[in-house]
Amino acid sequence: MSGQPTDHLENHMLWYIGRRILQAIPVFLGTTLLIYAMVFALPGDPALAMFGDKTPTESQLAAIHEKYHLDQPFLIRYFIYLGDVLQGNLGDTFRGQPVNDILARTFPTTLRLALLAVLIELILGVLVGLIAGLRKNGVFDYASMLVSLVLISMPVFVIAFVAQWFLGLQFGWFSPTVGKGAPWEDLILPAIVLAALNFAYVVRLTRASVIETSQQDFVRVAYGKGLPARRVIPVHILRNSLIPVTTNLAADFGILIVGATVTEGIFNVPGVGNELFHAINRHDAPEIVSIVTVLVLIYVGVNLLIDLLYGVLDPRIRYVKS
Amino acid sequence: MSRAEPVRQAPRYVAEIDDAGLGAVDAVRVSDRKSNLWLDAWRDLRKQWMFWAAATIIALAIVVAIFPGLFTQTPPNNDCFLQNSNAGPAPGHPLGFTKQGCDIYSRVIHGTSTSLSVGVIVTLLTAFMGIVLGAFAGYFGGWLDSVLMRIGDIFFAIPYILAAVVIMSMFLNDRNILIISLAIGFFSWPSTARILRSEVLRVKQSDYVMASEALGLSRVRTMFAHVLPNAIAPVIIVSTVGMAAAIAAEATLSFLGVGLPNNVYMSWGNDISQAQVDLRTNPMALVYPSIALSVTVLAFIMLGEVVRDALDPRARAVR
Repeated sequence: MSGQPTDHLENHMLWYIGRRILQAIPVFLGTTLLIYAMVFALPGDPALAMFGDKTPTESQLAAIHEKYHLDQPFLIRYFIYLGDVLQGNLGDTFRGQPVNDILARTFPTTLRLALLAVLIELILGVLVGLIAGLRKNGVFDYASMLVSLVLISMPVFVIAFVAQWFLGLQFGWFSPTVGKGAPWEDLILPAIVLAALNFAYVVRLTRASVIETSQQDFVRVAYGKGLPARRVIPVHILRNSLIPVTTNLAADFGILIVGATVTEGIFNVPGVGNELFHAINRHDAPEIVSIVTVLVLIYVGVNLLIDLLYGVLDPRIRYVKS
Repeated sequence: MSRAEPVRQAPRYVAEIDDAGLGAVDAVRVSDRKSNLWLDAWRDLRKQWMFWAAATIIALAIVVAIFPGLFTQTPPNNDCFLQNSNAGPAPGHPLGFTKQGCDIYSRVIHGTSTSLSVGVIVTLLTAFMGIVLGAFAGYFGGWLDSVLMRIGDIFFAIPYILAAVVIMSMFLNDRNILIISLAIGFFSWPSTARILRSEVLRVKQSDYVMASEALGLSRVRTMFAHVLPNAIAPVIIVSTVGMAAAIAAEATLSFLGVGLPNNVYMSWGNDISQAQVDLRTNPMALVYPSIALSVTVLAFIMLGEVVRDALDPRARAVR
């Protein structure tokens, strides 16, 4: 780390990115090992568990043993599996369909749904949190706290049914289920449900951090030098309040993955979550494991991206231990 | 993330009067009522309506869970007749019937113990694992800290409901309350461990910890006698909210079809899942278990809120 001050700064950023990527490697290995161990190291014959409530014949069992290398030691099997995953081969479902094909077919829909949900939750959540934080202890603040409390308490399928019943069936504002090809307008209702899961957290984080920022000296200075509120609020307060919201996106994403499984199942959205939902109902263990592995890997990747983004947004983070 | 900047000090040989804090010592009146964190928290709590609302609901839920017989005599599972399928309320059956002709009220009452048991077991398991691993990592530091926290990172990287889905789909025929609790709890300890670790790191700096070590207490005893009791408050806060999360997780798993077997356990999640096909004709079969579930979860979340405000003065600042 030498040279001009600017080099110095970029060095820190590079160090930070490098360190963070290095840290992600053991997490990647660990999560895949853990999921693999959950399937193949639990007591009982994993081949039997894959058949669920059906009873396999001897030859079917032997075929499964052969296919998953069950005669090999556990770690060897894990490395064979890891090699497959790294080559992008996620195995087959119980009925012999390649999981890759299923994911390729369903993933774009889930991505659109998640994008819509994150947009709704961020725009509405930050707006409500900002107003609540600026008018602390006002009527709006209390109302938004109450709504967020209720939303946090309702499990995702309850929210989904309430939305489906009222917004879809009673009022008829939205289509209660998603039609063929999942057009954008059909995705609005499931996206609202998904957004509702994290909406409360976004509101609360924004509110708390708006209150904290409003008491900072630089906000007082901004007001003191005569800047109007319409400049101080977006530029000085909001921008500095968004950092915790950004960090929390990683946790949001975890909720989103689980939420998508339930929501897509209920609204019949032809996405990855729906596929997992039906795989669970069919007791298709190989498919469940493959989809969960992919979702967890995406989660790890998104976490990494958000951490890197955080490092860009908040310079203090980059300087830790370097 | 230490932002402390080294303070430049000129060498001096006599302590300034303020450093000794004599004024502060004199200001303490021995006759004053002793104060501690828990007593202060309790004084704060009992003034809040939200605390009493949450406590009432939780107390009621506990009574219902332990003595369901006090509230209903109708068996939830054995007294179902198909001629009652999706029927409305009848004398002795205030909430109507499910698709299978079972009494909804009785099923909601009997589902309480399932939800609370899973909640309690998961919370105890999570708190135990989180406290032990977090305390050792934070207090002993070094390689133990690195190893434990990296393992925590791995468990944290898997959303615990997804992990539970995988575990539960491997147990098809012998699912029970203990197995589902282990499946949920086994992946939810890292957040508790992280919180406790950072709190232990803070408490470790205190003078009384140094004094305890200087007086010759072993490190393990110092940890249990002095560090842990002063670092435990945040764990209580996350455990209360964690209880709500565990109850919701059980219902979600049961809803997805990897929860408890429907014919053995009454589970609100299961009942909601069963009722969804008749959402248009018999929405009540879905509404009542949903209300029971949401109200129970709400009570624990409200309790977590007020307990956090009472125990963590920083949270009060933004209130």
